Amino acid sequence: MDMVLSSEVFLPDADNTSPSVTFLQELPSYQSILRRRTSAGGTQDRRQNNHGFARPPAAAKRNFVERAGVKSEAVVRSIREYALNIPEKRKLRDIQEANVKYLSGWDQLKQTRNKSWKKFLDETKELSSYLELWRNDIHSIEGKFGTGIKSYFSFLRFLVLLNFIIFVLMFSFITLPSTISQYGVLNSSYVKVPPKDIEPQCTVYTISGTKGLVYFYTYIIDLLSGTGFLEMTSLFYGYYRIDMVHFSAIKYNLPLAYLLTTLVYLSLSLIWIVKRSVEGFKQSFVREEDPFQSYCNKIFAGWDFCITDPNASRLKHSSLKYELKTDLEEERLRQKKARRTTEEKLRIYCLRIFLNIFVLALLSGCFYSIYRATIYSQENISNVSSKMTFEGNLFVQYLPSIVITLANFIAPLFFSYIIKFEEYSPAFEIRLTLMRCVFVRLANIGVLLFSLGNRIVCANEKCKACGYNYELYPCWESRVGQEMYKLMIFDFIIIFAVAVFVDFPRKLLVTYCSCKPIQWCGLQKFQIPENVLEIVYGQTICWIGTFYSPLLPAIATIKYFIVFYIKKISLMHTCRPSKKSVRASSSNFFFLAVLLIGLILAFIPLGLSMTRIRSSKACGPFVNFNSSWDVVPRTIRGFPTALQKVLNGIASEAFAVPFFMVICLIMFYFIALAGAYKRVVDQLREQLVMESRDKQFLIRKLTEAQKRS
Amino acid sequence: MGGSASQLPRDLLGEYQELTFLTKQEILLAHKRFSELLSKEERESILQKRVPKSKILTLPELRANPFRDRICRVFSTSEDGDGSMSFEDFLDMLSVFSDSATSEIKSHYAFRIFDFDDDGTLDRKDLEKLVNCLTGEGDETRLSESEMDQLIQNFLQDRAVMALRPF
Repeated sequence: MDMVLSSEVFLPDADNTSPSVTFLQELPSYQSILRRRTSAGGTQDRRQNNHGFARPPAAAKRNFVERAGVKSEAVVRSIREYALNIPEKRKLRDIQEANVKYLSGWDQLKQTRNKSWKKFLDETKELSSYLELWRNDIHSIEGKFGTGIKSYFSFLRFLVLLNFIIFVLMFSFITLPSTISQYGVLNSSYVKVPPKDIEPQCTVYTISGTKGLVYFYTYIIDLLSGTGFLEMTSLFYGYYRIDMVHFSAIKYNLPLAYLLTTLVYLSLSLIWIVKRSVEGFKQSFVREEDPFQSYCNKIFAGWDFCITDPNASRLKHSSLKYELKTDLEEERLRQKKARRTTEEKLRIYCLRIFLNIFVLALLSGCFYSIYRATIYSQENISNVSSKMTFEGNLFVQYLPSIVITLANFIAPLFFSYIIKFEEYSPAFEIRLTLMRCVFVRLANIGVLLFSLGNRIVCANEKCKACGYNYELYPCWESRVGQEMYKLMIFDFIIIFAVAVFVDFPRKLLVTYCSCKPIQWCGLQKFQIPENVLEIVYGQTICWIGTFYSPLLPAIATIKYFIVFYIKKISLMHTCRPSKKSVRASSSNFFFLAVLLIGLILAFIPLGLSMTRIRSSKACGPFVNFNSSWDVVPRTIRGFPTALQKVLNGIASEAFAVPFFMVICLIMFYFIALAGAYKRVVDQLREQLVMESRDKQFLIRKLTEAQKRS
Repeated sequence: MGGSASQLPRDLLGEYQELTFLTKQEILLAHKRFSELLSKEERESILQKRVPKSKILTLPELRANPFRDRICRVFSTSEDGDGSMSFEDFLDMLSVFSDSATSEIKSHYAFRIFDFDDDGTLDRKDLEKLVNCLTGEGDETRLSESEMDQLIQNFLQDRAVMALRPF
């Protein structure tokens, strides 16, 4: 919203106001704006005689519709984009239709074609809105809690769809060919090429606990941790021990398909997230710039017109008041800050450095405990588990997940406590705390993977034979898959348990018990940032884990589907709307930015394991390759020589470095362009202010001269 | 409420789809809601009737809105200026507030809604009334004098009035 203000010196004399306003309305610039304002995308067709007008706010009601001249252009602005009421729009449409016969035959054809195309687009849009998942649920949430919380739920819906698409990809390109070839459906067969030049001990792979009599609870443990009977199913990497699938005439290279599908789902996620965030980015970027813009937006666009509940509206009022007050307060603080002495500044910087060191210490503590927990868990899993009780077994399996969840819970509390001492502006405080929380959550996964990786790859003789620790991890990819599977299941259990065992009892306590401390705690507020981090954490696990466990996205889809309903019920029944409202557009951008960080962090362990670590020799599709990535060069070697040369050329440094430089140049060009535009806009804005001041001065002089004569 | 007499004729439905931003479903829903505001006998001639402002304000969506009076006044086409709305005014209102309306239309109408004294400009008085509407009804919810001054100062900076320019 581009605010351009015209100024008028507010003269205390009441007589002067009306003539100046009348003069203002007679100015040619004002008239042309009235005529031009309602053409949507007015830059599109300047030559056209515009019929749009605004209902004149002054008492004089002129009927612009009858002033419409003959249209000389074929492109007709859609009628509904004029700011008229319906009877006037009808008149305008009749005039337009009457003018049609003055157009040439070709123009008439174009017009009718445009009209029918627009109609078709409208109908498809209407139909596609029916296919939207949870449309009514999200609408009702929006009505009761506002657009900030609604954007959380549409984000959740987006993740359900994303995971479903990833699942469909993995299933149709990897699981389906393997399964149907194993059962010989459609005349298919598979080929298992025996590995050559490999030490025999690398190919030994037995799954513990599936033979003989086992306790019943072993099945439950297996279900919850992906071991035992689940390990050899299509859930995990180890099942896909096929080199080629033959479908009557077609040969299907499964290892290549496995790798390429992984790359495809990662790029698809990246593209989709970037596309979604571009829409939110444009808005939130402009918004935060200027304090003036942000005040404008708070006042003119502050009220959420979707609110229907009187309680919600009361809350919206108080939240707006709170927002305005805090903004004004922040401004006062900013002025105070500018007047800080050097002494105070020094003190504050020292305090900040000290607190940051504290934060680093806390983080290292978290990371170390996760590392130890993982090592302990891995060591004890390998021990014969029949000696342990059911709970002990489960505890050992889930130890890393438990420690990670505890760390994810304690760290944010600590961060929000110390941020108060660092004396930043309130907006920056929120952002910094969020960034720290994001970092903790995602780094915890990284530490888990790192500690696993350390055990899998080692430098001593244990690993020399096969390149990885084949005694402990004959099929290490499945083991990584199992860890991700456990993390995901545990995450889901925690969300469910918190909703059932914390939220509902809290609501019951607050409703039925009237003692002071409980009433002071009150109902819980729906904290958007924490909830978003929770689901981004889950999604990062899914992205990393899908390579090692192709059916994991299906579990993620079901999990988020159920989480939607859990959160919705918990929101409707146990939460009160918070005072600090969150703006929808900036929320959208924030959610997607955090998700993007998660995705990029997911690339790292995947990239490292695909290229650096030897793939297992005992299971999986990459038995005959050095690493998972190796399948690509080998396939390329099978291409015709010309194509090989081209591909080798693209992958070489001779191409990559100049390409990178060109991309950098283009980026710098756009940055410079944006800077230049910004400067021009600022200059024009100043000029406009000057012009309007001049205008008002002249009008005042004119009025005075008129009065005197 | 039911019955074919109170249904919208097809061609009218198509016309409204063309003239507003609403979809067919939304127009039918609006028709249903509007007819609920009328008494049984009036429902036959729904398109000619005007609903008084007091009845319109009983709609839950408007009841909670601090700008409800202004909205009724801006969208009403009645000559007496009493804020009563016909069905077409009602559709207009819904069309401007729908998701598919362009931002030019929305900003035009927003300006008119916020222009409390209808003079085509947003001056200090308008802004004060606007902020008071936003913070809540009742005296205890208003901003203090000094805060209001600071806010409006920020807003208008050293100007005094905003006119109907690209808003």
